[in-house]
Amino acid sequence: MIIGEGKPIKEVLSMIEPYSKIILAGCRGCVTVCSVGGEKEVGILASAITMAREKEGKPIEIKEVTLERQCDPEYLEQIRGIVDEYEAILSIACGAGVQFMAEKYRKTPVYPGINTKFIGVTEEQGVWSERCQSCGDCKLHLTGGICPITRCAKSLLNGPCGGSSRGKCEVNPEIDCGWQLIYDTLKEQGRLDKLEVIIPINDWTTSRDGGPRKIIREDLKL
Amino acid sequence: MRLSYPPNIKIIQVPCTGKVDVIYLLKAFQNGADGVYVAGCMEGDCHYLTGNLRARKRVEYTKKILDEIGIGGERVEMFNMSAAQGTRFVEIAKEMTERIKALGPNPIKKSKSSLKNSDVEGQP
Repeated sequence: MIIGEGKPIKEVLSMIEPYSKIILAGCRGCVTVCSVGGEKEVGILASAITMAREKEGKPIEIKEVTLERQCDPEYLEQIRGIVDEYEAILSIACGAGVQFMAEKYRKTPVYPGINTKFIGVTEEQGVWSERCQSCGDCKLHLTGGICPITRCAKSLLNGPCGGSSRGKCEVNPEIDCGWQLIYDTLKEQGRLDKLEVIIPINDWTTSRDGGPRKIIREDLKL
Repeated sequence: MRLSYPPNIKIIQVPCTGKVDVIYLLKAFQNGADGVYVAGCMEGDCHYLTGNLRARKRVEYTKKILDEIGIGGERVEMFNMSAAQGTRFVEIAKEMTERIKALGPNPIKKSKSSLKNSDVEGQP
C-alpha cells in the first residue's frame, strides 16, 4: 500500500491560515490502513486545527468527510454538492488523491495534510517499510523475491557493492544490505546459481525517467 | 475510606484505559477542559494485558499534539494506580489540580471569552 506520514500541524495551519471554512477530506484506502489519513485521523486533525484556531481567536469551521477513495472519480464526485460552500479543501489522502481532488475541483484550492512516503508493507502494528519503487519492470523472479531497486540504496542489479558490511548497508547501519538478503534467500532455496546470471543494464524508461506513466486497458474501457 | 479529592475533577469511566483514544482526550480540551489525566491500573496488572500501556502511548501522542498547537502537553498526563490505592488517587487528584491551577485555564477558553467580550464592546 501507499504509506504516508502526517505533516507537522504547524505546517498545515500555515497552509490554511487565510481560510475560515474548509473541508477536511480523508480517504478509506491505503492511508486508513497506515493510520494517517482515515476517518479517525480526520477527527484528530480537525480537533487539533479547531483548537489551534480558537486559541488564536480566529475560529474555523471544518467539514469532516472521509471518502471511500480519493483516487477514483466516482468517490470524489460525492462531495460535489458541498464543495462550493467551502473556501478550501485539506486532503489527507496520498499525493495521488490530493492531486485528483485538485483536478476535479479546479476552483477550490486543495492542500496536502500528509506527506506521501512510499509503497510499502506493515512490518508490525505501527511499523512500515518500503518495498517497491514502481520501476515498471519487475525483477523479483531473479532476486529471490527481494527487490534490488528498492532494497539496495544504489539500486544495483548485480550487487552487493563494497559498502555491504556484515549484512548492513553503508548508507545506514540500520538498513539491511538488499543484496545480502538476496544472497541469503537464494542460498536457503538452493538457487545460488541465479546469482551467476548477469542482469543487464536497467531500462529506466519504464520508471520515472519516461515521464508520468499511463496504462490504458482497452478491454476494460467503457 | 471516604477520602475527599478536589471537587473540580469530573470522572469519566471507561471499561479499561485501553479504551481511551487520542480523539477523546483532544475533544475534552476542545470542550474546554483545563487538564485531563488518565488513571489506569498498575503496569503489568491490566486485565486486558496491555490496555494501560497503550493508554500511556496515546497520552504521549496527545501531549505532542497539544504542544504543537500551543495548548501545552503538560495539561494531559497518565497515572497508574490500583483499585485499592484510594489515598494515591487523592494524591494524584491534588497533584494534577495544582499543576493545572499553576498553568491557568485552557487557552482556548481565554480566547473564546475575549472574543465574546470584544463582541460586547463592539456593540453600540
